[in-house]
Amino acid sequence: MDVLTPHSLEEALALKAEHPDAVPIQGGTDLMVELNFDRARPETILNLNEVAELRGWTRENGTLRLCSGLTYAEAMEPELAGLLPALAEASRTVGSPQIRMRGTIGGNLGTASPAGDALPPLLVEDAEVELANAGGTRTLPVSEFLVGPKKSALADDELIVAVRVMPSKARQTFMKVGPRNAMVIAVCSLALSADREREELRAAFGSAGPVPALVTASLSEAEAFPEQVAAASSPIDDVRGTAAYRRHALKVLTARALERVLT
Amino acid sequence: MKIDLTVNGEKRDADVWAGESLLYTLREQLGLPGSKNACEQGECGSCSVLLDGKLVCACLVLAAQADGHEVVTVEGLGEEGELHRVQEAFAETGAVQCGFCTPGLIVATVALLEEKPDPTDDEVREALSGNLCRCTGYAKIFDAVRTAAAAGAETSAGAETDAGAGGEAAENGASYS
Repeated sequence: MDVLTPHSLEEALALKAEHPDAVPIQGGTDLMVELNFDRARPETILNLNEVAELRGWTRENGTLRLCSGLTYAEAMEPELAGLLPALAEASRTVGSPQIRMRGTIGGNLGTASPAGDALPPLLVEDAEVELANAGGTRTLPVSEFLVGPKKSALADDELIVAVRVMPSKARQTFMKVGPRNAMVIAVCSLALSADREREELRAAFGSAGPVPALVTASLSEAEAFPEQVAAASSPIDDVRGTAAYRRHALKVLTARALERVLT
Repeated sequence: MKIDLTVNGEKRDADVWAGESLLYTLREQLGLPGSKNACEQGECGSCSVLLDGKLVCACLVLAAQADGHEVVTVEGLGEEGELHRVQEAFAETGAVQCGFCTPGLIVATVALLEEKPDPTDDEVREALSGNLCRCTGYAKIFDAVRTAAAAGAETSAGAETDAGAGGEAAENGASYS
């Protein structure tokens, strides 16, 4: 086992091309658990902590570029929280202060868990994932990037570089069901926005199907929307909850979220 | 592989296994067992340390990621031979029972008071939500945080009148004292 620590994006992409099986590590909040519990022994770990280009966020012509190393704690800071409120609310529900200090949006995408808290807010905001390899960059909508439980469209020679999103400015919120207020993997979660410009309701659920998924309806169909969101989900029974409970909870969350964003 | 890091203000190096956590390095290689090893998955907070001044779980940091960085553990709080005011407050209020969670809670409290010297109860709850204690029920821990905050308010009021004295101490990592 070896750790490679590039100091620029160019170097990181060159190393990834050379070692396609290298497992990237940023905050480590997922990968370290695998290592600590002997579940993973990657040949090579690619430590992205020293790549300055993967830190922070920028704004260009209204489009936000959240670099993949953006932490949950950073997503909760007032300026970004004002632009992407549901993402900030979701970040606030991730783990604990310690986890939010290290865990990143890019890592959430890379792990591609159906329960990834940042994913529903990104879906609601039509975010795109920027992927790069040594040859160039491509972007994919988050909905196409997530292909299955813990499976993404990321190729072996690619790294997640950023998320691009044009904030809708629509009223939006995030809700999550779990046994306590911290250290919770979502039993189910929901991001919802009421986009008055597009006359559209947009909801994305987590932990209620193989991938977090988006459901939309016209603003005039708010009454039927909770039922519609629940019907669009395909949850399973697992240690955190039953499929029936998750469907029911999604209906309740959607109704509550609608109340929050429409009044 | 070899890493160089600053631990509690001192330059240290260690020969680490590539998959090793910073927690293991601190405890087993650098002789600093204050940070406790419990869940190894970031759930319990008993390994909380400050990495470049930020509160993290040492079990979730790859040792190699700490290369070139600065770590402060519970052993590095306070001045030489003296307890940090947060440590004193924990002892004074009876916030310590079995003591296993205490180092992590103390480091988390230090991080909180750095950011918010006079936190509300909700802010304390939030800040310590990643640190589990199975003995105390948290009431005494909350007392300790309030006591430490009050002691800090007194110290900083005193420091204003003492400005200029002890400049050297202030340079020696007094930001965590």
